[in-house]
Amino acid sequence: MSTDDAHDPKFGEYGGQYVPEALMPAIEELTDAYQRYVLENEDGFMDEFRERLADFGGRPTPLQYADQLSARYDTDVYLKREDLLHGGAHKLNNALGQVLLAKYMGKERIIAETGAGQHGTATAMAAAHLDMPCEIYMGETDIARQRPNVFRMKINGSEVVPVTVGRGTLKEAISETMREWATTVENTHYVIGSIVGPHPFPKMVRDFQAVISEEAREQAIEKTGGLPDTVLACAGGGSNTMGTFAHFIEDTGVDLYAVEAGGSSLQVDEEEGVAPNSATLSTGDEGVLHGARTKLLQDSDGQIMESHSVSSGLDYAGVGPELAHLVDEDRVTPVNVDDDAALEAFHRLSQDEGIIPALETAHAFGYLEEHHDEVGDSVVINVSGRGDKDLEIAIEETSKRDLDIAPDMSIFDSVGRSPTSQSSGDEPRDSVGGGGL
Amino acid sequence: MGLERAFADEPAFVPYLAAGDPNYEASLEYVEALARGGADAIELGLPFSEPIAEGKTIQNAIVRSLEAGMTPDRFFEFVEDLDVDVPLVCMTYYNLIYQYGGGEGPRPFVEKAAAVGIEGLVVPDLPGEEAGPLRTACDEFGLDLVFIVAPTTKGDRLERMLEQVSGYVYVQARLGVTGAREDVDDATEESLARLSDWDVPKAVGFGIKTGDHAERIVSAGADGVIVGSALVDIVAEGHENGDSTDTVADRLETKARELKDGALRGASERPQPERT
Repeated sequence: MSTDDAHDPKFGEYGGQYVPEALMPAIEELTDAYQRYVLENEDGFMDEFRERLADFGGRPTPLQYADQLSARYDTDVYLKREDLLHGGAHKLNNALGQVLLAKYMGKERIIAETGAGQHGTATAMAAAHLDMPCEIYMGETDIARQRPNVFRMKINGSEVVPVTVGRGTLKEAISETMREWATTVENTHYVIGSIVGPHPFPKMVRDFQAVISEEAREQAIEKTGGLPDTVLACAGGGSNTMGTFAHFIEDTGVDLYAVEAGGSSLQVDEEEGVAPNSATLSTGDEGVLHGARTKLLQDSDGQIMESHSVSSGLDYAGVGPELAHLVDEDRVTPVNVDDDAALEAFHRLSQDEGIIPALETAHAFGYLEEHHDEVGDSVVINVSGRGDKDLEIAIEETSKRDLDIAPDMSIFDSVGRSPTSQSSGDEPRDSVGGGGL
Repeated sequence: MGLERAFADEPAFVPYLAAGDPNYEASLEYVEALARGGADAIELGLPFSEPIAEGKTIQNAIVRSLEAGMTPDRFFEFVEDLDVDVPLVCMTYYNLIYQYGGGEGPRPFVEKAAAVGIEGLVVPDLPGEEAGPLRTACDEFGLDLVFIVAPTTKGDRLERMLEQVSGYVYVQARLGVTGAREDVDDATEESLARLSDWDVPKAVGFGIKTGDHAERIVSAGADGVIVGSALVDIVAEGHENGDSTDTVADRLETKARELKDGALRGASERPQPERT
């Protein structure tokens, strides 16, 4: 995996610490704690983290051979089953690590942002597990359409704070959590949900998520005697992506593909400030957002665009600075898959392998369907999250399209009820953020 | 020279408005009203879509301004159209400065700002660690780069910041984000005490709402007060009520005078002048 020390805030030209001065002392304190506890295992921090990941989280997760997909694509397909981690997505790796670190640092309170709610639920679980008070900032639009995850957070004992500014989604939730942190920074740790934000967050979150590739690499060698030709992961902010790639970075024979959300189109509407996708690595330009220099979806003035994807966990106008750097270095190849292909892949994995994936995760499988002749003889795909919470939105989005693979839901007609009658909002999103934030 | 002259003779009143809030024409009138009311320098906000240091009042001002069509180029036109004779400071976020350069870094923005008469920059998401390229450009074109000292800025950080400061230091009166408050935080006096031997004007902002606040802060040793949200509130209220531009401008001028007078009272209450 990448070798770099805790005090280097940059990945090439990317990264850095573009935050208000009021936060800088806390960021220096966090950088010091990251060095001591995470990198040097002071007071046995990493030992406790690993033990809790095993006992509370259920690690290691399996690397499973996918029989049907392997036959379909005539290549060996291995699934890294992060959907089997406690909570149903990779998010717990980071949330548990950061809440535990906050405890070691003597912080008294946790705050976090969430978009779809998956990082929020993981943080709420970790905070309950470690007995820390926790507040989750969530856009009011997302609260309205992600009710199950709001229930989960509240049932775990966290406060959910509505963010009413702007469009009320993830971008606004991150901005508002940074504002809250600037107010309460002396006793509060901000558990950021992806490899974004000011240094040291991108490196620290990567290190907590790197357990995915640490296991997958060993498991691949154990099962096949060698390394895969290709590793695929979906990419929003990029935490599951970097977690899945980290221990393969130096294996230059392994191709790494970051699969972004192509949304409905890669074109942007500059006038309206809307990008109907979140393919930041593929189409974004360099800029500064939420504490880091990275690739962004922005207009020519530098105002941030509203992104879109059928999967809200990928729906973010920025991306982790390390991924932006690895793309520029040609170590990671950014690709993208549109909403339609992701939905088809959602149904295919459900029907062929008995695994209902998060819609984020489905993007990676959509790429495999379209490009399976380019991935070599063996491929590892990260199943970043399970799709249980996506069912309503997946069915609703499927019903708007003419997909041959879609299951027949006419059973609801015979009982006089539309399968999507309970969904709300005209801009639907899923609720399990398998990737992204 | 530079922005320091705004603080030369008496405590300075430095108001903030988001340029173009609620529209270009009215905003010109409002800024000019503040100058008539006694402003010694004016901070003009160039709105950015993700203003992470701002409270709700200024967030909403930024939304109004952006919806009315404000852009960096329109902002520079706005500065040229303004008829005021006090120093102007641009307050914005780094991505707008950076993107204006089209790949050449912050220099083109600073060059243009200098050309239209901007004398200083405040960039809330640019701590000293990342300020090198902007500092270089500001030095080249003679602009001051104003840094914010937070209640959490102490020890080595404070020492390092002193080396980068020019114009004035923006003393953040309390933790958190911008917004008018009902009281003066004790952190203000503690921050001023930490800076007491700095030979650069100290302007306190974040939360100042009334002439009495201004009085107390200046009497505690500040060389000036920065007031944003309490003025933006007047713009917002006028906009919501459909009041005429003249009416709102008059209210702003009256409020400006209240704040300036408060600052002057504060200076007369000081035991002895801090600066010679």
